[in-house]
Amino acid sequence: MSVGAQDPSVSSFYVNDSFYGDLIARFQDWDHDRNGICDPVERDAFRLLLEREARFLDQHKYDDWLAMLTRECVYWAPARPGGGDPRTEIAVMFDDRRRLEDRVFRLRSEFAWSQAPASRTVRMISNVEVFEYGEKDRRMLRSNFIINEFWDNEIRQLVGWCGYDMQNIDGRWLIRAKQINLINCDRCIRNPSIIL
Amino acid sequence: MSYDWEGLVQEDRVHRALYTDPAIFNAEMTKIFGGTWVYIAHESEIPNVNDYVTRKLGLRPVIVLRDSNNILRVLYNRCTHRGTTLCRHEKGNARAFQCPYHGWNFLNSGKLRGVPWADGYSADIKDEKFNLAQAPRVESYRGFIFATLNLEAPGLLNWLGPMTKPIDEWLDRNPGGKIVVCEANRFKYKGNWKLAYDNSSDGYHVIYSHRSLLEMESRLSDEANKGMAYYKNSPDSLAMYVQYMGNGHHFKDKRPNLQARPGGLWAIESTHPGKEYAEAEFRRKYGERADSLLDLAGSEPVNINIFPNLSLLGNHIQVFQPISVNETDAVWYGTRIEDVNGDIGDALGTINALRMRTQEGFPNFGEVDDLANFEQIQVGLQCEEDEWIYMNRGHGIPDRVKTNADGTITAPATDEVFMREYIKEWKRLMKGPTPLSIKREP
Ligand code: FES
Ligand SMILES: [Fe+2]
Repeated sequence: MSVGAQDPSVSSFYVNDSFYGDLIARFQDWDHDRNGICDPVERDAFRLLLEREARFLDQHKYDDWLAMLTRECVYWAPARPGGGDPRTEIAVMFDDRRRLEDRVFRLRSEFAWSQAPASRTVRMISNVEVFEYGEKDRRMLRSNFIINEFWDNEIRQLVGWCGYDMQNIDGRWLIRAKQINLINCDRCIRNPSIIL
Repeated sequence: MSYDWEGLVQEDRVHRALYTDPAIFNAEMTKIFGGTWVYIAHESEIPNVNDYVTRKLGLRPVIVLRDSNNILRVLYNRCTHRGTTLCRHEKGNARAFQCPYHGWNFLNSGKLRGVPWADGYSADIKDEKFNLAQAPRVESYRGFIFATLNLEAPGLLNWLGPMTKPIDEWLDRNPGGKIVVCEANRFKYKGNWKLAYDNSSDGYHVIYSHRSLLEMESRLSDEANKGMAYYKNSPDSLAMYVQYMGNGHHFKDKRPNLQARPGGLWAIESTHPGKEYAEAEFRRKYGERADSLLDLAGSEPVNINIFPNLSLLGNHIQVFQPISVNETDAVWYGTRIEDVNGDIGDALGTINALRMRTQEGFPNFGEVDDLANFEQIQVGLQCEEDEWIYMNRGHGIPDRVKTNADGTITAPATDEVFMREYIKEWKRLMKGPTPLSIKREP
């Protein structure tokens, strides 16, 4: 479904009460050893997927990156450790499909002064773990990241871990929700204007 | 320190030293961030007895708390023994603070309760000089807590003066006139703190500094009335205005641009997650009430700027925290509402979720560009020989700037009159004697 009033690139009907409820329930308490997947083939497949995602972002291949997410996706960087409740608390970022496409549109405009010139980034992804959680077409992933960002003649690091809610659609694993947990998410950050 | 203040702050321009001179910055931390009322926290952050948050009053680390007797206090976060900070957490609940270094123990009134092995002291450790220092004056206006070290400053209410009206209106559109602080978008920039205060009523920068945001907001529809779009065409001819309110405060009022009807506020809200869902759901469920419910999630188009460090805008409480002459933290606290009168019912959850998403928009897509521009002002000001920064828009044009009967000054929305006026208050404070004091529990 990608036409007319219900196209999530155009209008936001899917971010409703039950969407929030499911999201919060899903990110509450999931990264347990008992859910861990040990199969090296599956783990490697997800590791490669996350490495590809990092490369797309480093290369500013935003269309390729957006295609890695489900149509009804969410990109969420909480403003406090542990995540909090995005229904009653401000997040560093909380984007649905349309707002993500807004974000990309803004970065591509010539007038995003915070990204003119654009940051150069090199992302390191590690500690990838895969968890079985819920239905068999769903997985949760956990990975650590360091984003090395060169901007304004300085290299700085944005550091944290990500939780991913993955869904298999027609044989392809897509990102339904990406939760980015910056370790300094509740402190002042200089120029937080790249896609994490 | 002797400066030629009249030379540095002129009618239509200021000297670069105001933004670059570390000695002026240090004097500001005493004379401004000590000598006048400074916003320090919101009561909703410390709702219960013994709740505290740690903040800074200028550069002084302080603990803002509601003590065991429900009294608001701003304690210096500095052990009276050898000076270490007592509390290293951002927030919490504590009846007492025990120093991590040698274990002196202080009640949250600031009184020293006890020290390890007291028999090793010939001094009377009950002497009040061992109780924690604290701000001698702490007052709250409708939940906004301010502190000053200046016993001669006017009372908070007098100092706010005509600003109480926009503050009241900003609060009273919410149920029970109440808002609750709920996390924040937190920024740091490498620039002087006044660059943010200068910008807080600046209607002139909008179409340039926020061009990426304006283009983004109109990428899916040409509707001319969204977000900040009314700055696009001849903003000075519109009903919105800027008003200087005295004591360094100023007010940008864009509400006259709205349609005066329920839903008028929501009509200018730009896109955000969950928008169309909430609109459809509210119209189905609540019929005619839908518009006024949606307005509760919309951003109030005002900038209520309270010198030196507070700005209420949209639904945000923005606070400027100086770090050094060329570094500042700018924190955009979000606010949610409560169903104080019980008339919102099951719409509350959706309203607050929308309200979070509307508030995240501007910091993410607008503020970052302003901050880049502030930083680049700081860089540009390194050109020592090019000394002046102009704030002369609207200056010297007959009938453009009007002084009202109550002494406030009104001008078109893009005028810099508020900068010219607030910097006079800055100059008054910097020039004057600064009778600062602390108090200790007896
Ligand atoms: S510095 Fe606090 S007890 Fe010594
Ligand atoms: Fe701005």
